[in-house]
Amino acid sequence: MNPALQGLITILVGVGGCIGYFYLSNQLLDKVIFPATGDKAGQNINRANQVRPWLFLFPAIFALGLYLGYPVFETLRLSLTDRAQDDAFVGLANYQQMMAEPKFWEAIRNNMLWLIVVPAASTAFGLLVAQLTDRLFWGNIAKSLIFMPMAISFVGASVIFKLIYDARPAETAQIGVLNALWMSFDGGAGSVFVLQLLPTIILLGFAAILAFVTYVIISPVLERRSNISMIAYLLYGVVVLVAAWLILKSLGSVPALWTTELKYGEPQQWLTVPFYNNFFLMVVLIWTQTGFAMVILSAALRGIPEETIEAAVIDGANPFQIFFKIKVPQIMGTILVVWTTTTLMVLKVFDVVFAMTNGQWETQVLANYMYDKLFRANDWGVGSASAMIIMLLVAPILIWNVYNARKEMR
Amino acid sequence: MASSPSSQAPLTWAVNISVIFLVVLWLFPTLGLFVSSFRTADQITASGWWASLTSSEQIIQLRTGGRDAAKEVDGVFVVEGNILTDGDEAPGQLEISAFGVSSRAVDAYKIGDTAEFNKGKTFTLNADGSYKLTSPDKLRKRGQRVFVTAVLPPSFSTENYGTILFSGTGQDNMAKAFFNTLTVTIPATIIPILIAAFAAYALAWMEFPGRALLIAAVVGLLVVPLQLALIPLLQLHNNVGIGKGYLGVWLAHTGFGLPLAIYLLRNYMVGLPRDIIENAKVDGATDFQIFTKIILPLSFPALASFAIFQFLWTWNDLLVAKVFLIDSTGQTTVMTNQIVELLGTRGGNWEILATAAFISIAVPLVVFFMLQRYLVRGLLAGSVKGG
Repeated sequence: MNPALQGLITILVGVGGCIGYFYLSNQLLDKVIFPATGDKAGQNINRANQVRPWLFLFPAIFALGLYLGYPVFETLRLSLTDRAQDDAFVGLANYQQMMAEPKFWEAIRNNMLWLIVVPAASTAFGLLVAQLTDRLFWGNIAKSLIFMPMAISFVGASVIFKLIYDARPAETAQIGVLNALWMSFDGGAGSVFVLQLLPTIILLGFAAILAFVTYVIISPVLERRSNISMIAYLLYGVVVLVAAWLILKSLGSVPALWTTELKYGEPQQWLTVPFYNNFFLMVVLIWTQTGFAMVILSAALRGIPEETIEAAVIDGANPFQIFFKIKVPQIMGTILVVWTTTTLMVLKVFDVVFAMTNGQWETQVLANYMYDKLFRANDWGVGSASAMIIMLLVAPILIWNVYNARKEMR
Repeated sequence: MASSPSSQAPLTWAVNISVIFLVVLWLFPTLGLFVSSFRTADQITASGWWASLTSSEQIIQLRTGGRDAAKEVDGVFVVEGNILTDGDEAPGQLEISAFGVSSRAVDAYKIGDTAEFNKGKTFTLNADGSYKLTSPDKLRKRGQRVFVTAVLPPSFSTENYGTILFSGTGQDNMAKAFFNTLTVTIPATIIPILIAAFAAYALAWMEFPGRALLIAAVVGLLVVPLQLALIPLLQLHNNVGIGKGYLGVWLAHTGFGLPLAIYLLRNYMVGLPRDIIENAKVDGATDFQIFTKIILPLSFPALASFAIFQFLWTWNDLLVAKVFLIDSTGQTTVMTNQIVELLGTRGGNWEILATAAFISIAVPLVVFFMLQRYLVRGLLAGSVKGG
């Protein structure tokens, strides 16, 4: 049968089936099982109203249970069994096997890099654009254009960025922008400025900003201004550790900038340069996610009460103070939401890596590792085990979301 | 924002310039793909796409007249004509600056000079394109190849689109994949909306034990990675006889889209005015009537924003299609999958890749720009509560 025709029939059957189910089940309930007539009319109406929510909910609960609930447990079971031995229970053997593979640790390392860089960069860019376009007469057009990559598939974005990273032999014209720029450097003063001085300044600036932000975050603890629970102390400790590690890393890479011999005049295959190619892949996700962060943060910025800003202006605050000390603290909750949403996106990132490098040249990530195991190596045990690792990484956000939703409902 | 107008002016300038810079930076990648899709393979390899927007100096290959055009004058064969305007493949009037007769020295001669081919042939080219070729021997049927450095105006064609959509063969033809994608997308967008709308109404406006727990479950399922579902569901589909195919991918997309649909719609429905619903109940309307006659029409914005999300997500999806739809025959391939395959097999053919990719992103872009309002509203409802 022609798929288009099949699609049309499915729409009709699906939509008709849904409407029919809801209509008929309601009729059945009201007219046959608990009719609102006779001497038990009142009792029947009450009973019908007790059953009705479940009629409305049944298809959704069934689909959710089957397509999202059941797989969590089935995957857990698969990760503990071995398909080759007739689904025999093997305990944690699959996990042990996975942990012994260097590719797995490479995927974990890369995922951690993605988790730090992508949410931070897209939130920061999003906040920057949201603030800059806030009072601009053409701000909506600018926002709409920066938001646009969100509609582009990761596969499409991968093609777009592969064109940017394209490399041709040195004697022919470069058609990738990055190599065309690279070829214009020759080791002169300009190259030293752009490729060594500027990155040094950016790294030092990054370290300084990070140190400042960390200081602002932990200042309540240092000044013992408020009562802080054990969990909060633990969280602050994690923040300080991560920040300290990042600051050390960025300061530590400064000397390398000045000692590495740069290969001027040779076109680079950017996606094959180990470690740095991860960042070239991350750019794709940052490019698509910044618009999302911008839209949400822009709405949050608009929601800030005008009086707080006016008061700061009267007290003589400069635009930077207003932004960092008045606006950002007030939208911290929204920033957190954007951050977690992007984090979820990053944990599931598959298409970009699959289409651009397929995990070669040390760019493997968990989702692609899992795909490799499940469908190329046909190793369901290890594949399911790695899926459980993704679930484990998502779990804190899941619990946090549910906790917040429950709090809101009360 | 600043205290005095004099200090405000430079700041406004700085803001304008930075925003322009950011917008250009964000548009540049897509623009590159778009422009490349209108260039021929030769043009793409000859220069970066950014050079194609302005007139540029390029080296082109042209041919002189051949044996038929030659006249015999004093035992020497002479061809005279205009290399820029004669013949079928002539480029028309151009500004030319140099020429060459060998591929090793393509710009060896200045305009007006006389070049020598092998076997005593000579060639003179003038600025207006007129030339004179002399040869002691009889010429071949095809004319001589000449390299000319010329300033070419920007030139684009829709030829690639013709290839990809109509005349291409095998992997180069996206028409089938386009319809397959459409076939996946439309039912996978419509069906979850209906199921979710009823559930959202129950969760928003009906009282029953366990409601709070169900809402919490939906919020939790919102973030469950669909990677977990791949193997168990594929197994399930194989066991019940659906196997790999459209039905399976529709069901999978429905299941994966439901949490967001229920969440968005419930958040919206809770905000509808209580009076309307209670008045209707007093007037004797049943829940079913309230839902179809009042709630559904009022919830249109939320329905629209979820529809857009689900459409974009299913259209752009690669993983779910690969697992639940595409079998070994490849008859049911979708565009994202075909592009990934093209990346492997035609990695250097940017005219094919760029056009194929642009066709697949064109539809979402149109939807995006037309319905952006609803998309933004949905995003805000999903993350900034009450925002």
